[in-house]
This record gives sequence, structure tokens and C-alpha cells, in this order.
Amino acid sequence: MIKLTVNGAARSFDGDPDMPLLWYLRDEVGLTGSKFGCGAALCGACTIHLGGTAVRSCITPVSAAEGQEVVTIEGLSPDGNHPVQVAWRDQNVAQCGYCQCGQIMQAASLLKDTPKPTDAQIDDAMSGNICRCGTYPRIRAAIHQAAGQSPAPQGERL
Amino acid sequence: MIHELKLMAEQEATTAAGSATRPVLANVSRRGILGGAGALVLALSLRSPARADETQTKEQKEHKYGADGMPHGWRDDPKVFIAIAPDGTVTVTNHRSDMGQGVRTSVAFTVADELEAAWPKVKVVQAWGDETRFGNQDTDGSRSLRHFFQHFRHAGAAMRAMLIQAAATQWGVPAAEVTATNHTLTHAKSGRTLDYGAVAQAASALPVPTDVKLKDPKDFRYIGTGKVGLIDNVDITTGRAIYGADTKLDGMLYAAIARPPVYGGTVKSFDDSAAKKVAGVVKIFKIAATPIPSEFMPLGGVAVVAKNTWAALKAREALKITWDDGPNASYDTDVFRKELEAAARKPGKVVRTQGDVDAALAKANKKVVAEYFVPHLVQAPMEPPAAVARVKDGVCEAWACTQGPQAANDRLMKALNLPDDKVTVHVTLLGGGFGRKSKPDYVVEAALCSREVDGAPVKLAWTRDDDIHHGFYHTISAERIEAGLDDKGMPVAWLHRSCAPTIGSIFAPDPKHELPFELGMGLVNTPFAIPNMRMENPEAAAHVRIGWFRSVSNIPHAFAIQSFVSELAHEAGRDPKDYLLDLIGPARTIDPTSIGDVWNYGEDPSRYPIDTGRLRGVIEAAAKGAGWGREMPKGRGLGIAGHYSFVTYTAVAAEVEVDEKGQVKVQAIDIAVDCGPQVNPERIRSQMEGAVVMGMGLALTSEITFKQGRAQQNNFDGYEIIRIDAAPKVVRVHLVPTGSYDGPLGGVGEPGVPPVAPAIANAVFAATGRRIRQLPIRDQAAGA
Repeated sequence: MIKLTVNGAARSFDGDPDMPLLWYLRDEVGLTGSKFGCGAALCGACTIHLGGTAVRSCITPVSAAEGQEVVTIEGLSPDGNHPVQVAWRDQNVAQCGYCQCGQIMQAASLLKDTPKPTDAQIDDAMSGNICRCGTYPRIRAAIHQAAGQSPAPQGERL
Repeated sequence: MIHELKLMAEQEATTAAGSATRPVLANVSRRGILGGAGALVLALSLRSPARADETQTKEQKEHKYGADGMPHGWRDDPKVFIAIAPDGTVTVTNHRSDMGQGVRTSVAFTVADELEAAWPKVKVVQAWGDETRFGNQDTDGSRSLRHFFQHFRHAGAAMRAMLIQAAATQWGVPAAEVTATNHTLTHAKSGRTLDYGAVAQAASALPVPTDVKLKDPKDFRYIGTGKVGLIDNVDITTGRAIYGADTKLDGMLYAAIARPPVYGGTVKSFDDSAAKKVAGVVKIFKIAATPIPSEFMPLGGVAVVAKNTWAALKAREALKITWDDGPNASYDTDVFRKELEAAARKPGKVVRTQGDVDAALAKANKKVVAEYFVPHLVQAPMEPPAAVARVKDGVCEAWACTQGPQAANDRLMKALNLPDDKVTVHVTLLGGGFGRKSKPDYVVEAALCSREVDGAPVKLAWTRDDDIHHGFYHTISAERIEAGLDDKGMPVAWLHRSCAPTIGSIFAPDPKHELPFELGMGLVNTPFAIPNMRMENPEAAAHVRIGWFRSVSNIPHAFAIQSFVSELAHEAGRDPKDYLLDLIGPARTIDPTSIGDVWNYGEDPSRYPIDTGRLRGVIEAAAKGAGWGREMPKGRGLGIAGHYSFVTYTAVAAEVEVDEKGQVKVQAIDIAVDCGPQVNPERIRSQMEGAVVMGMGLALTSEITFKQGRAQQNNFDGYEIIRIDAAPKVVRVHLVPTGSYDGPLGGVGEPGVPPVAPAIANAVFAATGRRIRQLPIRDQAAGA
């Protein structure tokens, strides 16, 4: 029996301990914000926080979360207003949006460790997260905004 | 896109090789689709592109264009698309799939604008697949707003008129004295007001007016402003957005399928003894392969249904399958490339000719020849294909990330032998599409799995390896261009041979030529002012499923043509931008049928002529944005390319840096677009930004190769696409304003892609003197 907490709630799992956290979260817990993109830690769509650190849930077995705190996009902030989430909306970063939960979780982790990242630090931290729609310029802008390094877009927003 | 492809494939099969022909479409009823394997969505007849109007039959004269020419056309009934609740909430039904182009937002605000609805009170819901009710739903070909913008305006305006009438009746005043503004109905004379919700019920009981007055565009609140944020922004950023793989149903099971590794292969035998031992496995069974041409139907294989995804994947891994690889077992792209190139060096089917190319080449001052190659690509949307289906008691319900819910509906009817009223396809958000999700094989697979487990709902989510191994690939092409130059270095003759397997090969047995819609993607309709031009299409056979990838045949055609123009400019000792503009010639409009394009993206050639002034305009805008002509430091270069596609004009100026190891770094991109009236400039910008990155990927790193019929790439390690560290720091999008909102719209989703690769390749030449003639570029600039 594996015991862990997911977004603050205590949980236990007695299935295959090798099951990747991604499938545990999606199929067993029913949290589908973490996405499958590659299954091999190549794209970052599945990024969650395990013990406060961004990890790829698609290759992290559920057994590795024993006794730890898992935070998914659904638990990143109580009201969906983490500065990264707000910045993502302000900049209209998303196109299809599928990879963006992983991008946001990675960016939140980056800002925790590096509150004022440079472009180079952003590229370094975010290069494991693929966006096939190509929203990278806006991802950079949103991270800078969330870091307080650039203002939100001016002008009326509807 | 589905629609052109099917009918053109049929056309190819029924006409002799020779001059291109235009299909004439006549809608048949949706039930008509059921009429057997040979029946198509559309009945069609053919007309020659001969210009003489007096030769046209009545049917030819009634040729339908744009949305009129699509299966099931369009609808603008406000009662179908708009619901207003007593609390005033306006719910807009959007029938086009959103895969990142933002159509849910743009459709909703278009309706809301004409309705004079307050944006915070507007919601959007997604239509299920039902073209009889909603009009055409094939979300591809860059045409959602192009085809439906005016119809959604009409729907909104009609509902506004109905609200006004309902309020006027309630107040007992003439409708002309009532105004509707920002969710409020006002009778100025008496000072009375009503919220929309207060008269919604009365309004909905009124007949829909046939003659409605659209708003003056100067009064638009949302259209054209670029100020409306994405309607799904909160859901997307909080993980609540539901994509194809996110649907949850009670008692749902999970499937994985081992498919034949070679197109056309079948299961010879399989041993599932080890797989059955995996905890959680429910059932393992064979799925029959669809013979070539397999259209959008499943490839077959062995399916595992289990209690969770992990068990299904583990059990699939444990299957021991012996395959019969079938007729494509020896497909090898290195060998095939040589065959394509050899074919491109010999005469092929003439698809456009003007003047006397051979005589002009013989007399030319100088001849220049170059050959270009573009490999297979796969769309690789971040969300691989995924669907949930429940087939129980003779009823099929499916939830899928599909670009074509009606197409999925029709394939489910065929696969399950169910009538239309027993099949429903719900559309989720799409985690990218790029053409892959127009083909609903995965939706059918999910349904076949559900049927095997007594109607339990089954989720089938492809893995990335599945997506890369069993794609509908972008074609593979050899392009050879030969020009004869005059003493000033300008071409007097132009001979372009394009040789590539056709998308028609998934619909018809073994076609060897590109179809008119493929030829019309930047080959035959090259709008250059050259007296003698000939385009040829030598034969090429397909050995994998060929499908459409964002911007389709424009990719190889634009790469070859725009690279060759830069080569000719160099030969002539001219500036590449000035030379390109001279080749295009003075601003004028060209009837596409006069230069061999009978398709023109399905649009009326008189409404959508090729406007070389607009093409010149975007090239000049991109060049100006990039500071064209400035002195570049060593190792840096600027390249330019312009292209017409999806009745839109785009140009890219690329600035690259090539380091001492030959690594190409794209420093800045200026992309200019003229798509006619701009409905959502904010999303036009984002589509161009995205097209730049996708274009960079195919320019620099992406390639699918085959050996022994098997794709050699598995995942994002072998199939490399652009990551943030390679994305340019500077992407400037220049929107060139054209046209009134009552006029024709161009496409937006795809046209940004084609000019990116040639602009980068030309910039590499400017930086290094190394000419790029094959994609991807990778390290071709090394040692330059």
C-alpha cells in the first residue's frame, strides 16, 4: 500500500507500484490536467510537483511518491490565480492549451528557485517542455510578467 | 480538406490524364453517404478549365464556391446557434473544432458583436457532429472564419432583430423605435429598458427574419479589435479543459492497440499468453486490417482492453505478434528519394503550360537547374489521437478530439453498420490537430474496442510512438526547377517538375499523380511574370498513408520555388528581394484558372483572384520589418520568401546566425500576412507566431524516414521539433490591412508555414554561401 498526498488530500494506492504517477493521477484519481505527450520524459506535458520539485510524472513510478506531497495543476493554487496562471491568461499564451499545464507547472517551479530569471535561464528551465503550437515567445513573456519583470499587457481586455 | 481530397481522388480515377479539370459539386443528402463504398460525400461532374463561358452547361454555371461548395454547406439559423437564458446568459454553439486557432472565441464574439451582447455574459458550447443541423464541420483548409464569419454575423444580427421585435411588442411601440445595445433593449422615447433575458423567451418564439441589417463595422465591439481574451483561458490554465483523452465515463476501460508496423500489413498470428497475465487486463482481441487504400479506417492489429492505461500498455508490450508486412515491406526512403529524383529528371504529365518552354530554354543566354527535397513529416500534435466510445444496444456515442466529427460519425456508421440516428460524436478540445485529427481512424478503433467488451465505454489514447509509427504522413517530394535566363539574368523560361506521392492514395488504388488541389498549392499557380512556363508532375507511388499536414503541398512547392528564386537572384547578381518582386511583376489580378489552377482553395476565382499587389505588399512589409539591406556581421544573413496559400498572402524575412560548427540559429523572424479583413488580430498573430515555430521545425530538424516499411523515429528524441531554446527571441508579426468586413476573408491557420523554410534556407546562404536544397537543414552549413 502506497500512501501519498495529492493536492493536500491523503491517498493510498494498492495497485502496481510501477505504474507511472501520470496514469495513477489520470486514471485512478481522476485528475486529467496532467497530460500524456510522450511517455518518456521528452516533452514535459505531464509535469507535476513532487515534494516541491517539478518532475515528469510519465516516468516517475507511483512508488516514488510514497510519503510525499504531489501537486498537480489542479492544486497549484486554490483559486487558479497563481501568478504564472494569471500571466498565462494575460498574455493569451495558449493556442491548443494541451501542453500548457505542464508548462505552467515547470514555470512555477522555475520561479520558486529563480524568482527573476533571464531569457537564458528561462530557455534552460523550459527546454524540456515542448509546445507544438509554438507559443514559446509568449511563454517567455508570461514568465517575465509572473516574475514582475515586465508589466501585464496594457490596454482594455475583455 | 477531407472533402476536396475525396472528390478529387474520385475525379482522378475517372478522368484520363491530361489537362486539369474542375469538379462541379452537387450536395447529396447525408443519407446518401450510406450508398455503398463507392458513394462519396458529393456527387460530382467535371468541367474543363476552358475559359469560354458560353461553353458552360447550366450545372457548370451553378458551381458553388466557398461554404456553398462544402458538404452540407452552411447554416445561419440563430435558433440553432444562439440560446439566451432568462438571466441573460448568451450561449453560442460553435460547430468548428478548436485545435488552438481560437475558433471558439472568434465564433462566439462574432455572434456576440452582431447580437450586441456583453462579452462577460457570453458562453460557448461545442456542437456535436451533425452537418445537417450545423453546416459543414470539416475543420481544416484554413476556412472556419473564411466560410462562416458572414453567416455567424447574420445569425447574431437576426437574433438581435428578434429581441428588438419582442421588446417592441411588449411595450406596444414600433420596432424601429427600439435599440439593442450591450445587452440592453431601450425605448428612448419612453425611457424604458429591458435586459435581453427578459424577452428571450418571447424572442425565440418569433420567426427568424430573412432580411437582417448587419452592424456597420465601425460599431464593432469585438470583431477586429484583438482585445478579446481566449474564452477557454481559465479552463486551460487550471487543468479543467477537457481534451480527447480526458473524457471520463462510469465503468470506463482503457485500450491500447498493437498495429501493423508497415502500411498494408496484417496479423499473421499472435501469442497473448504473457499479456493476459498482466493484472487488470480485461480482453485481448484482433482488429481486422482495412485493405489499402484504407482511407480513414483502422489499420487493424491486436487490441488490449484493461482497467487502466498502464495495464493496457504493459500487456501490449507483452504481446508476441507475427506480422505479414504486405506490399510495402521494402519501403526505404533513401532508395525512394533516388527514384523520385530520377523521375523528376524526365518529362512527366504536363499540368500547366504557357508559351514554348523548350524553344525558350534552347535560346536562353544561360540555364540554371536545381533540385530540392522535402522528406516525410508527421503532424505530432501534443495530444496524440484519442477517443472514448460506448457502443451498446445498437447505439454508439463517442467523444473525440476530432477535426471532422461528421467524418467520424460516418466512419462509425460504416464500421458498426449503424444508422445515422444511432451514432453521435461529441467534440472535445483538440490538443493540436495540424491535419492529423481530420482522419478518425482512432475514433473507430475506440468504438470497435467498446463493442468487444459488451458496450463498456472504452478510452483509446494513442501513445507518441503510435502517432509517429502509424501516421498520415506529409508526402515526400523531389522538386526540380530549370530556368533559362536572358542577358539580364531574368528568366525567359521556367520548367518545374514536382514529384510526390499523392494524398489521393488513401482514397483510391495506387494513383500516381498529384491531384488538382495539391498542384494548386503553389505549383501551377506560381504567379510569376515569365513568358514561357511549364509545370510537370511525373509519377510517384505511395507506400505509407499520405495525409495533410498544416499547409500541405505548399511546403515543398514554396521551399523549392522561393529557394530557386534566391539562387537566380544570386546568378544575376541582384538583391533577392528586388529580384523576387521583379519576377512577380507589377501589381495585377490573375484569374487562377488562367494559370492552370482549377481549385483555388474552393473559392470563386472572380471573388478571389490572385492579387500580385498583395503578394508584393507582404514581401515589402516583411523586408521593411527586418531592416532588409542592412549590413550584416560575419556569420549572419537575411533571407526572404513570399507565398500565396489558402487565399492569403504571407512573407517571411529570416535572420540567422551560423556558428563555426555550422549550427543554424534563427535570431529573428519578420512575418507579414494579408488575409483580408481581420476578425481576430490577436489570434492571427498567435497563428503566425506558431507557424514560424512549426516552419522552423521542418526547416531545421524534423524528418520521418522509413526502412523495411517501418518509420525509423519513435518519439521526440528521433523526431525533433523546435523547443524554446531554439525559438527566436524576436518574432514580429506584420498584419497588412486589406478589405472591408463584407468582403472575402483569407485563411489564417496554415498560410504562415510555407515561406518559413525557404526564408531560413536563403538566410543560411546569405550567411555562409552554402546553398540548402534539402530539408531538414540540420548541419548542412557545417564547413561552409
